[in-house]
Amino acid sequence: MKFKVTLLAAACVAALGISNASVKAEDGVLTVGATLSTTGPAAALGIPEKNALTLVPTEIGGLKVKLIVLDDAGDPTQATTNAKRLINDDKVDVILGSSTTPPTIAVSAVAFDAKVPHFGLGPMPITPGKERYTVVMPQPVPLMAAGIFDHMKKNNVKTVGMIGFADSWGDLWLGQFKAAADKYGLKLVADERYARADTSVTGQVLKLVAAKPDAVLVAASGTGAALPQSTLRERGYKGLIYQTHGAVSQDFIRIAGKAAEGVIMASGPDMLPEGQPDGALTKAPGLALVQAYEPKFGARNQFAGHPWDAFEVLKRVVPVALKKGKPGTPEFREAIADALITEKDIGASQGVYNFTATDRYGVDERARIMLTVKDGKFELIK
Amino acid sequence: MDLTILLFLVQDGITNGAIYALLGFALVLVFAVTRIIFIPQGEFVAYGALTYAMLQGGHVPGTAYLLPIFAFVALLFDLYAERSRITGAFLLRQGIDKIVVPLGLLFAARELAGVSTIASLVLTVAIVSALGPHLYRIAFQPLADRSVLVLLIAAVGTHLALTGLGLVFFGAEGQRADALTDFSVDLGPLPVSGQNIAVYVATLLLIAGLYWFFERTVQGKALRATAVNRLGARLVGIRTKGTGKIALALAAGIGAVSGVLLAPMTTIYYDTGFVIGLKGFVAAIIGGLASYPLAAAAALAVGLIESFASFFASDYKEVIVFTLLIPVLLVRSFASKHTDEED
Repeated sequence: MKFKVTLLAAACVAALGISNASVKAEDGVLTVGATLSTTGPAAALGIPEKNALTLVPTEIGGLKVKLIVLDDAGDPTQATTNAKRLINDDKVDVILGSSTTPPTIAVSAVAFDAKVPHFGLGPMPITPGKERYTVVMPQPVPLMAAGIFDHMKKNNVKTVGMIGFADSWGDLWLGQFKAAADKYGLKLVADERYARADTSVTGQVLKLVAAKPDAVLVAASGTGAALPQSTLRERGYKGLIYQTHGAVSQDFIRIAGKAAEGVIMASGPDMLPEGQPDGALTKAPGLALVQAYEPKFGARNQFAGHPWDAFEVLKRVVPVALKKGKPGTPEFREAIADALITEKDIGASQGVYNFTATDRYGVDERARIMLTVKDGKFELIK
Repeated sequence: MDLTILLFLVQDGITNGAIYALLGFALVLVFAVTRIIFIPQGEFVAYGALTYAMLQGGHVPGTAYLLPIFAFVALLFDLYAERSRITGAFLLRQGIDKIVVPLGLLFAARELAGVSTIASLVLTVAIVSALGPHLYRIAFQPLADRSVLVLLIAAVGTHLALTGLGLVFFGAEGQRADALTDFSVDLGPLPVSGQNIAVYVATLLLIAGLYWFFERTVQGKALRATAVNRLGARLVGIRTKGTGKIALALAAGIGAVSGVLLAPMTTIYYDTGFVIGLKGFVAAIIGGLASYPLAAAAALAVGLIESFASFFASDYKEVIVFTLLIPVLLVRSFASKHTDEED
């Protein structure tokens, strides 16, 4: 017994020794660190992102890719710790993450201080003067909102009722709407809130229906967006229903069922690469993602596109940066930050990226498609 | 606001209130018998709803695998606790309780997934309520004689553990089940769906069943005796450890039924249960964690207030519901004598 304990202790010490041995950058290896929210409230985003990271290239520009993925549970404090660990202990060349806005901001701050290129996977505000090392993969909300408001205008919508999550996502869309309402000739006639865990939205929907809006905009995400959709149709609402890109998923159709028919959603192009014209730069990367993802993990998922696209961008910038320095050196990391600006028209599954020194989203209308649901399937609105 | 809207809101409020009433009952029951403020009650609702939705969709739910694991851990606990006096009869009882039954339910889930609504319903209640006693054995029985505070901390820990396990076994996306029936009847301007009727009938049946159980059966009387006085109950030969397991089995069963009733009405996620459980909690606390009829009335009130609040001030709905507690607690704290610890 005593011998066993000694042995165990020795093994522990040995293991500690190994992990404590300072990690040195290996030659010919590109080290990529990611902190994702694979547990906690944003797990529905973090899990497909983690899945997508199992499908990304293992070699870029002749370098072997070494990938380290950590979980931050959506907590900015944990995301900060993870980012510091990845940068200080694992000496990563680039850092990815996190899945939602608050932890992404946290990672961005650490990356800026350490001068490590950072690919944000959640949309985040960019602080002027601190743009250099962070680029953001997801589309900015105003771009997606413009697609929805355009569609409303074209379809002669004058009055709109809103129902949104009682959180920052709902607030964000209400702000977008108020800012754009005059430009598109829209009027807000009802503004209701609910929470993802609510067992019913009957009260809110009754009030919406009573206000008789031409269209209803649901500012919610994931399958939580399905509850107002089906309650509105149950209560006999006949007008147009709009959903944000937060709601686009196969699960939304599964949960909303028949009520999903005819819904209008703004979406990233990676949800339907098949329907895009052959010349679109988003088509080939989108198809590659879908074909790799679906056999392994089931239905396609828009969030899988963000880490996938970070690697699409890396495929373009790493060969350029290699001319100026070796992985593991500050010169290499600076060169990546430079190449992010000099490389143009980087085609990816979620859009075509043209980063500049100040525009760290770098996307245009090509990062948005409009979808509807017909016979239980997504269909492109031309 | 016209009469139709009023009727809709009242119906919505009563339906949700009925579910909160069930949860309130379970909380009162568990607290009375074991002194545990049972935070994880909501998890049983989520587990019930998700298990039911998955069985209905023809999948084997994660809980079917979780049950044998829980049972095995509980078996190890029991074997260790009884290590010096293991008998053949003990092993046989343990084997049936902790190996045969859980594996049998797993087998049944694999065979019967997607076969029929009734089979899914029965299996869901059987699997989830079987989790209850093992959970008590693992998390609470070793602490049974400790203070309410220690038990509360254990309950919070159990809640966090069950939420995490829910994510592992059910995934992050929500599930919604098909309605029990498409039946619908019009009461004036108000369509009443079969699902609503099922909620009312199930709640009334469960209340009647609990009444019968506590008034007419030996085990029910043993639970009541334990609730009144633990020490006294032990002196007259009631196994208070056994009563804790029965209480949790009942609570889990009630949670599973609530989950099955909720699953066709809304999308349930692995972490939805907590907030639903909290609203049951508001009802239970208004009932003083002691009175079943008061808890039921309070649950209906919570449901109605929530429904009207979601119409008039949806931003502040949760605030309004949970603020209800403050005046109630104030009145209760003035009206009752203070004791630091009831033991």
